[in-house]
Amino acid sequence: MRDFEYKAPATIDEAVTLLAERGSEARVLAGGTDIIVQLREGLRKADLVVDVKKIPELMSLAWRDDGGLDIGGAVPCHVLYNDAKVINAYPSITDSAKIIGGWQIQGRASLGGNLCNSSPAADSIPSLIVEGATCRIAGPGGERLVPVQEFCTAPGANVLTEGEMLVSLALPPAGESSGSRYMRFIPRNEMDIAVTGAGAWLRLGEGGETVEEARLALSAVAPTPIVAGEAEAWLQGKPATEESFTEAGDIARKAASPISDMRGPADYRTHLVGVLVKRALNGALGRARGGDRNPVIPSGINLC
Amino acid sequence: MGKKIHVSTTINGEAVEFLCEARQSLLEIIRDTLTLTGAKEGCNNGNCGACTVLMNGVPVDSCLVLAVEAEGAELETVESIANEEHLHPLQECFLEGAALQCGICTPGFLVSAKALLDGHPEPTEEEIRFELSGNLCRCTGYDKIVRAVQAASERMKEVK
Repeated sequence: MRDFEYKAPATIDEAVTLLAERGSEARVLAGGTDIIVQLREGLRKADLVVDVKKIPELMSLAWRDDGGLDIGGAVPCHVLYNDAKVINAYPSITDSAKIIGGWQIQGRASLGGNLCNSSPAADSIPSLIVEGATCRIAGPGGERLVPVQEFCTAPGANVLTEGEMLVSLALPPAGESSGSRYMRFIPRNEMDIAVTGAGAWLRLGEGGETVEEARLALSAVAPTPIVAGEAEAWLQGKPATEESFTEAGDIARKAASPISDMRGPADYRTHLVGVLVKRALNGALGRARGGDRNPVIPSGINLC
Repeated sequence: MGKKIHVSTTINGEAVEFLCEARQSLLEIIRDTLTLTGAKEGCNNGNCGACTVLMNGVPVDSCLVLAVEAEGAELETVESIANEEHLHPLQECFLEGAALQCGICTPGFLVSAKALLDGHPEPTEEEIRFELSGNLCRCTGYDKIVRAVQAASERMKEVK
């Protein structure tokens, strides 16, 4: 690939200065598992690569006093799913982190990078949405916060303007009686890109039999990851049952506007939305009731 | 040719220095500059795992790490897994179990499998297949590789 300059600033200010100076000539380097491939294949360009991994805030995993978590933009996936406290608080996020690429990718790739790459099929984004994440962005104009569901604007595009970078993702404190799950459909068992993905989070009401609040987000069925708002609203106050979840899945299908491509036809993706939303809600329910929060290793493979 | 950057790193326990361009991958430097040719270039885009090395104990695709990012890191390649007298049990089991044909995926599998067994001494078959899914093989169909990892796990248990 074309050669570029490489800089590894030690502070956010230094990084922002470099990015603002060089504008569209500069790209941020976190885990590198998307950007290096893209630079090599000419899909993105850089005359300057700004490695943010020497900036403490980008690599930090810090629990706040309010009980929430700040995940630095460059924290690798493996750090998240090897942390029992993170798994316990935000299981849909660790579900996602465990299935982005494979082990070697997870050694480097970050949720922040997955978000900034802004693929409509990104596995981390539905989880970040349902867990209520907020993006902390730094730029020449100062800092701003953007709810994660507003971050992506089109395939490969997001709200970051020239000179801006993602610093971290702020997760709210995980509440009682809540659970979450992310799952996707892929033709293989692993190492694939979502044909459709669904993230679900719910909180049970007193008595543990009704859905007090639900959040649903979908990947790969629209130009960006999306929220299934109508289904979320419908679920409020409904009994936490298979029937409700099936109905919610049907409603969620209306939120999807997928394309047909080599990974699957649009109508199949829409069908999958209903199936995956129902299953993800089931998974979230199980965890809300005390079930296993560890990332689920997808099965469906033929054993020796 | 671009400006060269000086990098100091540790590889297989030895302190090492090299010069590289920013665009050069760690894989390129390991193979061409450091002449550790165990790691292979299979795809150059992070899919096949033939370039797997350990970076600070974590398996990574060295084709997706810039050589400059190795500054200050501790790297381990397949060349380090045998000790002076013996092959690693994984290497023994791969040979005994015919878990390779052309062998190009083998160094990557050995590094990943070693990291797996070091962290997780008795993985289930499902876990082996899932954790090694970042390593692709075009020759064997994976069965013999999985059985070799299982056999190595048994053998490593006995040794303790």
